[in-house]
Amino acid sequence: MCTTCGCASGEVQIEGHDHHHGHSHDHSHSHEHGHDHEHEHDHDHDHDHDQQDLHYGHGPAHAHAPGLSQSRMIEIEQNILSKNDQYAQQNRLYFTENGILSLNLVSSPGSGKTSLLTHTINHLKEDYALSVIEGDQQTTNDADRIRETGVSAIQINTGKGCHLDAHMIGHAITNLAPEKGGIVFIENVGNLVCPAAFDLGEAHKVAILSVTEGEDKPLKYPDMFFAADLMLLNKIDLLPHLNFDVEKCMQYARQVNPKIQILQVSATSGEGMDDWYQWLKTTRQMKLIGRSDILLSETSSI
Amino acid sequence: MHEMSLCEGILQIIETEAQQQQFTEVKQIILDIGVLSGVEISALKFAFDVVMRGSIAEKASLKINEITAQAWCMQCAKTITIKQRYDACPDCDSYQLQVSSGDEMKIKELEVN
Repeated sequence: MCTTCGCASGEVQIEGHDHHHGHSHDHSHSHEHGHDHEHEHDHDHDHDHDQQDLHYGHGPAHAHAPGLSQSRMIEIEQNILSKNDQYAQQNRLYFTENGILSLNLVSSPGSGKTSLLTHTINHLKEDYALSVIEGDQQTTNDADRIRETGVSAIQINTGKGCHLDAHMIGHAITNLAPEKGGIVFIENVGNLVCPAAFDLGEAHKVAILSVTEGEDKPLKYPDMFFAADLMLLNKIDLLPHLNFDVEKCMQYARQVNPKIQILQVSATSGEGMDDWYQWLKTTRQMKLIGRSDILLSETSSI
Repeated sequence: MHEMSLCEGILQIIETEAQQQQFTEVKQIILDIGVLSGVEISALKFAFDVVMRGSIAEKASLKINEITAQAWCMQCAKTITIKQRYDACPDCDSYQLQVSSGDEMKIKELEVN
């Protein structure tokens, strides 16, 4: 267990993250209880008190009325994912302070996320500082594909886990050290269920759905499409060969999430990709409003 | 299938509370789970037993309050009950709904020793 933050390292592997946290454990607790109990019972003790132990009998401590159990109710009112949400908040603060646009890319396996990402990177890498966090159960294949583009990437292997969580992202950011004013793409584990619930501190969730999957996916996995701000309908170059109803698919997505934006793209043919690049540039620009520190250094370098 | 992670989250909160509130055994855990939270109750119960094993909540029973989902219909300007995220308003068939409850996932109360 990582004692700095309490993470169970388990089977999660973050490239470059070996748990060597230099910190010492010096705890000094001083417990002083000011209890004054006046018992007027007669106790027959037939055991020896070798040490000066305090002994309150074997019944419920401090409960003097018969039948009163020691158990008590504690109001918690805490979100089960509150720990994750705290880490997500830290990540969000980091991204905001550094003017970084962070996107959480979610989809089912095989929707073409990594191809879409490599095409996007190749198009934008000259103009923007890009970095990628790759989440998969096993292998560094995806991170390797990203690194081939020359952009820095880090792989998180979740082991048995089905999603990335905010704490993994926190460690990945530390290792990745993304540039100020850049864009961080987080490619989540291919899964349309679990990643919906876990806030990573990203600015937007982007759901990628390929036309080979069936138009009713937004209805089958409503949580994910509800959580996403943008849906990319990918592989539209294959539409002539399929019975995929684009209109119906978009209608289902809007039914689940009336505010969702939808773009039709094909990473392979390049169709619609300009709209996606435009979305990225505009969204980043919106994030940087009021950040003259970052914007000014950019204009001077161009 | 993230019910396992949720149970680990529950255990973490319990262990933190145990230190702060000085208890050593948990007898009952009461959760609020909304119908839109994406939590599969039976999977949660299964994962609960596995995750709590060997902890201070090993013998704890689990009580789950299932919270119904409510939404504000912008057309009718009133609160309605829905079953799924993609439900339309039963009165006006509009999808312009603002979900106001039903995605809860929280620990409500603990009974402790």
